[in-house]
Amino acid sequence: MSALLDVRNLRTEFRTGAGLVRAVDGVSYTVDPGETVAIVGESGSGKSVSALSVLRLIADPPGRITGGQIVFDGRDLLSLSAAEMRQIRGRDIGMVFQEPMTSLNPVLTIGRQITEVLEAHQDADRAAAERRALELLELVGIADAPRRLRQYPHQLSGGMRQRVMIAVALACNPKLIIADEPTTALDVTIQAQILELMKSLTLKLNVALIVITHNLGVVARYAHRVNVMYAGRIVESGPADAIYHDPRHPYTIALLKSVPRLDQPRRARLDPVEGQPPDLTRLDGGCAFRPRCRFAVEQCAQSIPPLAASGEAGHLAACFRSAELGAAAQTTVQAAE
Amino acid sequence: MTAGADSPLLEVRNLAMHFPVTEGVVLSRKIGDVKAVDGVDFTIGRGETLGLVGESGCGKTTTGRCILRLEKPTAGQILFDGQDISHMGRKDLVGLRRRMQVIFQDPYSSLNPRMKVGDIVGEPIKVHGVEPDARKRDLRVRELLSVCGLDAKFADRYPHEMSGGQRQRVGIARALALDPEFIVCDEAVSALDVSIQAQIVNLLEDLRERFNLTYLFIAHDLSVVRHLCQRVAVMYLGRIVEMAAVDELFDNPLHPYTQALLAAVPIPDPRVEATRDFRPAPGEVPSPINPPSGCVFHPRCPMAVENCMRARPVLRELRPGHWVACSEAN
Ligand SMILES: Nc1ncnc2c1ncn2[C@@H]1O[C@H](COP(=O)(O)OP(=O)(O)OP(=O)(O)O)[C@@H](O)[C@H]1O
Ligand SMILES: Nc1ncnc2c1ncn2[C@@H]1O[C@H](COP(=O)(O)OP(=O)(O)OP(=O)(O)O)[C@@H](O)[C@H]1O
Ligand code: SF4
Ligand code: SF4
Ligand SMILES: [Mg+2]
Ligand SMILES: [Mg+2]
Repeated sequence: MSALLDVRNLRTEFRTGAGLVRAVDGVSYTVDPGETVAIVGESGSGKSVSALSVLRLIADPPGRITGGQIVFDGRDLLSLSAAEMRQIRGRDIGMVFQEPMTSLNPVLTIGRQITEVLEAHQDADRAAAERRALELLELVGIADAPRRLRQYPHQLSGGMRQRVMIAVALACNPKLIIADEPTTALDVTIQAQILELMKSLTLKLNVALIVITHNLGVVARYAHRVNVMYAGRIVESGPADAIYHDPRHPYTIALLKSVPRLDQPRRARLDPVEGQPPDLTRLDGGCAFRPRCRFAVEQCAQSIPPLAASGEAGHLAACFRSAELGAAAQTTVQAAE
Repeated sequence: MTAGADSPLLEVRNLAMHFPVTEGVVLSRKIGDVKAVDGVDFTIGRGETLGLVGESGCGKTTTGRCILRLEKPTAGQILFDGQDISHMGRKDLVGLRRRMQVIFQDPYSSLNPRMKVGDIVGEPIKVHGVEPDARKRDLRVRELLSVCGLDAKFADRYPHEMSGGQRQRVGIARALALDPEFIVCDEAVSALDVSIQAQIVNLLEDLRERFNLTYLFIAHDLSVVRHLCQRVAVMYLGRIVEMAAVDELFDNPLHPYTQALLAAVPIPDPRVEATRDFRPAPGEVPSPINPPSGCVFHPRCPMAVENCMRARPVLRELRPGHWVACSEAN
């Protein structure tokens, strides 16, 4: 099976007052049809920028995609014209962002937000578009859909607005949805409703999903594969089970250990990732995690570790010591128990 | 008047905060009330941390603001160290402000961007005239920064030159400046990156021990609440629906709403998630302007019976120290 999305060595930079920020610095990954891939990582590590780059939604200036290829469904998105790209966005690739209030147009009714997309991409006539809009609202579980179609975004709750965003994203039967923190602003019960909805719809309609989130529970529940980002790079990538049960990068290991878990006995003390997030304008030629890494050795200062196979098939880590870590992590866990 | 050492530091009795809802711009007339807090009772012992959880809009922040007297409650009593502060006037509140502080969610917006960190932390000391000597004040600021895990050099920086975690440390240092006894932490770690969140949780625990602090810890992340709090109160539409010691609440939740909240938290382990029964509670929190009749949770409750639409359940102590407002729980 060939990948639906194949991102190769993507680079995106920002020119800022403080200097050049390599927000995405050589990122490669694939997404298969119907697959859910999660992107996790520290705030500022380049998760959103890497996703916005795929959609070519980087404002220039200050940003610019400076290298790489983005092959989606057999076409290199970086070589398309702006008009061709507009056709891909919203039709072949749907988008769901954290704050639906800013992505929905406040002066258009819910119905109009959906029919506009349909008319732009599928030259559907008005009546057909309206029928489809109603169908979509019902699909995303909005009760009382005929009335909701005539309402404005501010008349809906946050959870309902996010359902509308999902309806808009699904309107043209996309092959891929990119969701950037789709439930971060929502309460846990609403988050659970929205995520279950997205899961059942992606399954039913065979849509691939890239979901960006900082919630490791959400990733564990929904992702087939996980990319862990740190300082503009993917530092670990693999099947969700391997990432959680055999992490091979010190950042991933530390991240997983730092969160308290409801299913485990209460700990006397949390085990945080020590130190501060890196300043992207001051990265050197070594491993960016080095100042916070318990496993750092001389070599880590000399060059940047490449993302390389480690552990089971499809599991990659960018750490000079990743081969030792599978075992090392296990002994530390045992020692703590 | 202060109460004895074994009496609670804070006692909240039948607290209510109703905001008027008006209609019309020129001749606005009142069309109802938002019952943001609607009859809440709890106590917090000295050195204890009480967690306050519940979905957005259930009244957690308003409860905190009433206790801090940033809001004048519509009804009820707030006894702080034995003294009713619910109707205190401006002047009397000045002394109280030193003893109670707050740490907010958003370190970005709660710090003045044009002030240096040292001045931000030193400001309360200056305003309250605690340390008129600028040099001594400076020393105190450095000490506070160091207590919060920040190098003294940060005193000369601006908030935008720091990371989110560092800014939250500044917010905590400022809250500690006047040696308070009681701190309301309103989503104090919610906006932080997961990897940094644990650092700040540990810091709050260290400070609690070191300065014998009492916390009201408002948060929506149940796993953090379970880690940090000794007792937990669950709110829904302005009322406490369940309250118990932390292990009792998490191991044996008795209110259907608490059960729904806990069931909705995904566990960061794919193997656990693959085997877990996961059925999110239906519906959303109704409008507090027009709350449902009887038990306000009944439209979403899987256990609701006929009577739940009529009678409002009272908070009952079903086991020692375990309070539940559900007529069906036992
Ligand atoms: N418009 C911009 N101008 C300058 N720098 C930017 C811009 N957008 C993003 N960056 C920088 O690029 C880096 C990556 O940002 P990005 O938004 O992708 O992070 P993220 O991983 O999504 O973080 P978060 O979890 O906080 O959303 C950051 O250092 C950020 O400061
Ligand atoms: N000044 C005010 N005027 C009118 N209504 C208010 C005011 N402050 C709060 N409310 C309302 O009171 C209710 C409770 O709000 P509150 O901010 O206390 O909730 P919360 O539990 O802290 O929610 P969140 O988790 O979103 O912070 C909400 O319906 C809110 O809209
Ligand atoms: S390469 Fe070195 S510094 Fe980087 S994560 Fe691995 S051990 Fe740590
Ligand atoms: S009183 Fe009835 S509706 Fe309310 S929580 Fe209990 S069972 Fe549910
Ligand atoms: Mg982002
Ligand atoms: Mg609040």
